[in-house]
Amino acid sequence: MINFKRFLHSKKYAPYIFILPFIIIFLIFWLFPLLNSFRMSFQDQMLGQEPIWIGFDNYRKLLNDTVFVKAVSNSVIYMVATLILLIPLPMLFAVLIDSKYMRAREFFKSSFFVPALTSVVVAGTIFRLIFGEMEGSLMNSFLANFNLGPYKYLKDQTLSRVALLALACWRWTGVNMLYFLAGLNAIDKEYYEAAAIDGASAFERFKNITIPLIKPTTVYVLTISIYAGLAMFTESLMLFNGNNSPKNIGLTIVGYLYRQGIEKNRLGYAATVGIVLLIVAMTINLTQLKLTGTFKKEGNN
Amino acid sequence: MKMHTQRMGTLLLILIVAFTLTGCGGGTSSTSTSSDDTTSSSEASSSDNTSETSQLGSETAGDNATEFDYWTFVDLHGKHFEKMLGLWNQANPDRQIKLNVTVMPYDDMHNKLLIAVQTGQGAPDISDIEVGRFPDFIAGNEVPLVDLTDVVAPYADKLVQSRLDIYSKEGAIYGFPTHVGATVAFYNTELLEQADIDYTKIVTWDDYKAAGIKLYETTGKYLGTADTSAGWQASMLSAQQGVDVTDADGNPTVNSPELIKGYEMLVDLQANNVIATIPGGQPDTEEAKGEYNMGNYGSALMPLWFMSRFTNEMTDLKGKIAIAPLPVFEEGQPRSLGLGGTGTVVTKSAKDIELAKDFLTFAKISDEANIEIWNTLGFDPVNTDVWAMEDVTHNPENEFVQYFINNPFDVLNEIKDEIMLVKSTASSPSINNILNTITTNEIFEDGRDVTEALNEAQELIEQDLQ
Repeated sequence: MINFKRFLHSKKYAPYIFILPFIIIFLIFWLFPLLNSFRMSFQDQMLGQEPIWIGFDNYRKLLNDTVFVKAVSNSVIYMVATLILLIPLPMLFAVLIDSKYMRAREFFKSSFFVPALTSVVVAGTIFRLIFGEMEGSLMNSFLANFNLGPYKYLKDQTLSRVALLALACWRWTGVNMLYFLAGLNAIDKEYYEAAAIDGASAFERFKNITIPLIKPTTVYVLTISIYAGLAMFTESLMLFNGNNSPKNIGLTIVGYLYRQGIEKNRLGYAATVGIVLLIVAMTINLTQLKLTGTFKKEGNN
Repeated sequence: MKMHTQRMGTLLLILIVAFTLTGCGGGTSSTSTSSDDTTSSSEASSSDNTSETSQLGSETAGDNATEFDYWTFVDLHGKHFEKMLGLWNQANPDRQIKLNVTVMPYDDMHNKLLIAVQTGQGAPDISDIEVGRFPDFIAGNEVPLVDLTDVVAPYADKLVQSRLDIYSKEGAIYGFPTHVGATVAFYNTELLEQADIDYTKIVTWDDYKAAGIKLYETTGKYLGTADTSAGWQASMLSAQQGVDVTDADGNPTVNSPELIKGYEMLVDLQANNVIATIPGGQPDTEEAKGEYNMGNYGSALMPLWFMSRFTNEMTDLKGKIAIAPLPVFEEGQPRSLGLGGTGTVVTKSAKDIELAKDFLTFAKISDEANIEIWNTLGFDPVNTDVWAMEDVTHNPENEFVQYFINNPFDVLNEIKDEIMLVKSTASSPSINNILNTITTNEIFEDGRDVTEALNEAQELIEQDLQ
């Protein structure tokens, strides 16, 4: 008993006990599935059948798979577009809301955030109706005022991307804005006062104080946005009312993984798709983190 | 500085709460998806995004009854089982059954069922499987479904053999058929009369085209649809010319000269405003049924089970719809084919396999069952003896008899020997997927050359099957 107590109080072991839950969860729900899918990607595996070892065949097939190429290009274009829209805009809104001249701050904060609380299923269904091809759909009847349309949004590559991005912006602007607000709160207001006394304009203060000091938040948002963009699935599934969009204009990497693994029961091939997604996401993010200097030790700058 | 840390802590807390909430929302709901307009040849599809379970037989069965779980993607099928279950429990006091019916959306049900039967965990005892997805369930060496050949055998000579073949593998039958799915033309006579068109005079596609041009000139409405999310038209055009979308060995042949000719004919119809793409992509979708109900399209060339969609979902057209054989390229070509279909299966993990087999034999292929399938569901039963029973087929109380201008069985009996078989092979799911998502969209929406589009479809399907 005393030994146990000493064990718990020991500075050497206690930290490990505290992080044990995380380690266990990490091993069971993250590392094991990862290693397992790595093994599966070299197999021809169907549920209920004995797996067959086929070496690099899945990877070879994937390289020549035009549908997979389509899925990757869809996901990458979506990811890049969300980065362009979902980093500057939320940052701007955060700065505006944080400004001391802002009225009804809490109202704007919460109304931006409400969409994130809506289920994707509901949001996707509503957006599908908004962007419906009927003349009476919201978008078509709105554009009819300007003598445009009607358009078949969800059958056209560009228009369907606009619809998907509209859904993404509607949902995620508020979340990213909150990250930036948290970042802004950490900046000492004295810097701004000092700069104002020295005659810096509002834009100069934003450029020279806000942007550099908010960089850790920006890097964090960038990192999760890259991953979220590449791993997008539910939005497309709901918007197109299923995983099979016309000409695969809404197919994403994860959508393809789902199609192969769940719909066609080719788990080995689906695992290969997953591994490739991991490699793509890791490569982009590690490059990005390296370029933004996150790996540098503090004070080395 | 302390002040800042506190505020930041509050914000972080809000974020964590928010993410937990959204996390839950996304997780529970992401499984419930419906995609009726992307299904290949789905006989039916439930339109809402939720699944629901209800118990049947609790009034007719005693406490010792065996409880079976039954999954389906068509709400109506439960109604049929309710009727048959009552009769079964009356006739078999020592072998009583309660049925827990779970209705799920098409994709959702098939995906869940596939995983469940293959892992042997959580599968229902009895389930419906749509013909387009059936090959996925009998692929591989270990079929997770029970062989039903012995119980079907006594009825085999009464049933349409081709409807058993689509649920068979190497001579063993794994699914009880529901209907023949004979494809016919449904004409909106009220609309056609406005343009002074007599639907009984439409025999060939040339007649159809002439009628369509006249209809468009008079009313501005279209006679038919150019389907972009279902493969029925491909099968129909092939079958009329004596081929299928697969060859004798089940390999895909979607770039056959016959199919190219067929789609070029449809493209010509589209160019002349005879047919047009319909919201939803094919007649059996929510959007399209709305268009039909408003009288915006003059005809639907669909299997006979589409009748139940008229009576349930297009009620404004009551008394206006006539049934006729399909138009063909040349007189003398077969004027129908069996499309769609649902096989009811017993899973190997079922509680009491013998009881399940006997009950399904009674509920799906017995003479009573076939009569009820017409009475309750309005389907064309696989036991064609029923087609000749005047009192059953012309019963004035029947809602389907009441709804349509002419009696469906008058048409069915006329085309009885012309109903072609569409094979269901291991390559069918891929063929449907490529044609319904890519090829037909390219042809009808983008105006791509038919030969080019079908050649590419063939390549894509072969690549997908590797």
